[in-house]
Amino acid sequence: MTAQQSLLSVQNLTMRFGGLTAIDDLSLEVPKDSITAIIGPNGAGKTTFFNCLTGFYKPTVGQVVLNHPDRGAIRLADLPSHHVARKAQVVRTFQNIRLFANMTVLENLVVAQHNALQKASAFSIAGLLRLPSYRKAADEAVERAVSWLKRLKLMEFINHPAGALPYGTQRRVEIARALCVDPILLCLDEPAAGLNPKESAELNDLLTYLCREEKVGILLIEHDMSVVMKVSDHICVLNYGRKIAEGTPAQIRVDPHVVKAYLGEDDMEDDIKQGGVAR
Amino acid sequence: MTVLAHSPSMTVADRLKDGFSCAFIGLLLGIPMLGLTTVDEGGALRVMTRWPSLALFVGIVFVGRIVLQMIKQSFARRRASRPAKPRGAVEGSSRIQSIIGWGGLGLAAAMPIVFSDNRYVVDTATTVLIYVMLGWGLNVVVGLAGLLDLGYVAFYAVGAYTYALLSTQFGWGFWEALPVAGGVAASFGVILGWPTLRLRGDYLAIVTLGFGEIIRLILVNWTDFSGGPNGISSIPRPGLFGFTFSPPGSGTSIVEALGIDYAPTQRIVFLYYVILALALLTNLFVRSMRKLPTGRAWEAVREDEIACKAMGINVTNVKLAAFAIGAMLGGFAGVFFAARQGFISPESFTFSESAIILAIVVLGGMGSQMGVVLASLVLVLLPELGRDFAEYRMLLFGTAMVLIMVWRPGGILSHRAPTLVYVAPGEQA
Repeated sequence: MTAQQSLLSVQNLTMRFGGLTAIDDLSLEVPKDSITAIIGPNGAGKTTFFNCLTGFYKPTVGQVVLNHPDRGAIRLADLPSHHVARKAQVVRTFQNIRLFANMTVLENLVVAQHNALQKASAFSIAGLLRLPSYRKAADEAVERAVSWLKRLKLMEFINHPAGALPYGTQRRVEIARALCVDPILLCLDEPAAGLNPKESAELNDLLTYLCREEKVGILLIEHDMSVVMKVSDHICVLNYGRKIAEGTPAQIRVDPHVVKAYLGEDDMEDDIKQGGVAR
Repeated sequence: MTVLAHSPSMTVADRLKDGFSCAFIGLLLGIPMLGLTTVDEGGALRVMTRWPSLALFVGIVFVGRIVLQMIKQSFARRRASRPAKPRGAVEGSSRIQSIIGWGGLGLAAAMPIVFSDNRYVVDTATTVLIYVMLGWGLNVVVGLAGLLDLGYVAFYAVGAYTYALLSTQFGWGFWEALPVAGGVAASFGVILGWPTLRLRGDYLAIVTLGFGEIIRLILVNWTDFSGGPNGISSIPRPGLFGFTFSPPGSGTSIVEALGIDYAPTQRIVFLYYVILALALLTNLFVRSMRKLPTGRAWEAVREDEIACKAMGINVTNVKLAAFAIGAMLGGFAGVFFAARQGFISPESFTFSESAIILAIVVLGGMGSQMGVVLASLVLVLLPELGRDFAEYRMLLFGTAMVLIMVWRPGGILSHRAPTLVYVAPGEQA
C-alpha cells in the first residue's frame, strides 16, 4: 500500500505511562474509503491508540499523519484535541457513551456544529441582534441535524433528552452527533457494546452505508466479532500494545498469532488475566 | 447514615429502632444545649442542670421521628400508586411559568406605585432585585456552564469599587461608569478564569473561594487605593438625563424641571426602577445567550467536557466566556449597589454574600431563571420576616433551606426547557 492511498498513517507510535508501555512501536496504514477494525484482548492498547489519535494523549514517540484531501498532510499528534475534530475532521465516539445527557437529541447534534455556528453568530453579536445571516446558519444547522437523524432513523427521538433514551439508541445518537461534525475519518470506540443481535445487525448496515455512500472513512474498535468480520475491509490486531497481525477478515480468522492471543496456548484463563493487567 | 435511611415498608421494631437512634442523637446534642445552663449568681457564673426539659426534648424527638417517618411513608405510598405524569404536563408547566413570569413582572412594575409611601417595602424589594440580578449572573457560570464559583462576590466588589472610585475621584456619572465597570469586572473574570481552566468541581470551588477573599483583603489593606476598612463614602446617586433626585434648589433637580412636589421616596422608587430595568436586561441577555452557540456550548461543557473537545469545541474559550459574562453581570450589580448605598466598604463583600448568591442559584434550580427569582424572594424576605423572631431568625432561615432541599432536591424549579424544539413542517400550528 502506498502513502497515496492511505487516509491515515501511523508511524512508530509509542505511548508510555511511567514504566508501562501501552502502545509499543505501532505502525499502521488506514486506507481511504474503507472500514478498518482494530481488535485485541482487553488492555491491548486500543483505546489508548484512539486517545493518541484524537489529541487526548500526546504520544511518547511517533507521529500520526492524516492525508486530508483538501488540506494535505496533518500531523495529528501535534494538535490539541479540539483541533483534531475542527481542522483535521477526525471525530471519535466513546466506549462509555458521552452524550450531553440533559440536552435533547437535536441540541446534541447542533452543539456538534458549534464552530460553524459560532462563526456565523460572530461570537454572539450577530446572534444577539438576530441578523438574517445567523438565522440562516442556525436553520441550516437544524436541517443538517435532521437529515442525519433521518438517515439514522432517529427522527422520533429528536426532541427527547438524550440521556433518557435506550442504550442502543444513545449509541446511534452519538454516531449521528459525530457525523454532524462532518468527519472524513470517524473513529468508533466499541459501537456494538451493549447492543442486542438485532441492533448489531443494524449497526453493520449503518457502517457499510456510511463508508460506501457517504464516503466517510471508518476506524473501528470492536469486540463483537459478528460486526468486525462482516463489515471490515481491513483488520489490525493488537496485543500488549504491539501489532501482532494485519489483513483481511479471512486472513485474520486463521492467523495463528491471533488465535493464540485470544484463546491462549495452554491456559485461556491465565491469558485473560494477563491481558487485563497490561493496560 | 443508617439512621436517616427509610424503606417503604418498616416493621414496628424498625421504627422503634429508628426513633431510638434519633432520640440518642438528640440526647447527645441536648446535653450541652439544653441540659446545662449558666446562671448569674452575684456576679459569678454557675452551671445548673435542666434534666426535665432535656428529657422532654428527647421524648419529642423520639415521638416526632416516628410520626415523621409514618407521614413520609404514607406520602411515598400515595406517590407510588399515582400514575407517572404524562409528557404534556412538563410542557404545560413551562406555559404556567411564563404566565407567572409576566404576572410577576406586572406586579414588580406596579409595586412601587402601590407602596410609594412605604420606604421599607421599596427598599427591601430593591434588595431582592439586586440578588435576582446577581443570581442571574452567577447562573451563567454555575447553572449553565457548571463551574462552581464560590467567589462571585469578588466581581460584585470590583464593579462597586470601580464605580465608587471613578465617581469620587474622576467625577464620572452612573451611566458612563456602568459599562466601564462591567468591562473591568469581565476582565477580572478572565484573570480568574485563566488559571482555573483545568480545575473542576471541588478544586475550582476552593480557588474561586480564595480569589474572592484575595479581592476583599486587598480592599481592606490597600488603604491608599480603596480607603481600607473605612470604605468609600459619598458616592453619587444615579441621575436621569443629567437630572438628579435631590431636593429643589440645586439647579439640576428633576422636581424643579418637572414642576412637581419633592418627596424623599422619589429617589428610592427611581432606584427601584433602575435595578428592575437592569435585572430585566440581564434576564433577556442570558436568555438569548442560552439559545446561541455560546450558550449551548456552556451547557455542553457542563454535561461533558471531553465530548465537547471531541466535537471540536474549544473548551477554554467557552469557559472563559462564561466567567467573563458572569463577572460582567456581577459588576453591573455592584455598580448599582454602590450607587444605591452611597457608601461601600469591604464589609459588604464577605464570603457569606457569595454563599447567599450561590444558595439562590442552587435553591432556585440550576439554570432556571424563574427559580432564581423565587429563591431570592425566599432568601431575602425570610430573614426580613424573621425579624420578629429575633434570635431565632437564622434558625428559621436554615430550616427553610433544609426543607427546600428535602422536598425539591433539584431546586425549586429544576425543569430544563430545551433551547431548540423541532416542529416537523407539516405540524406547524
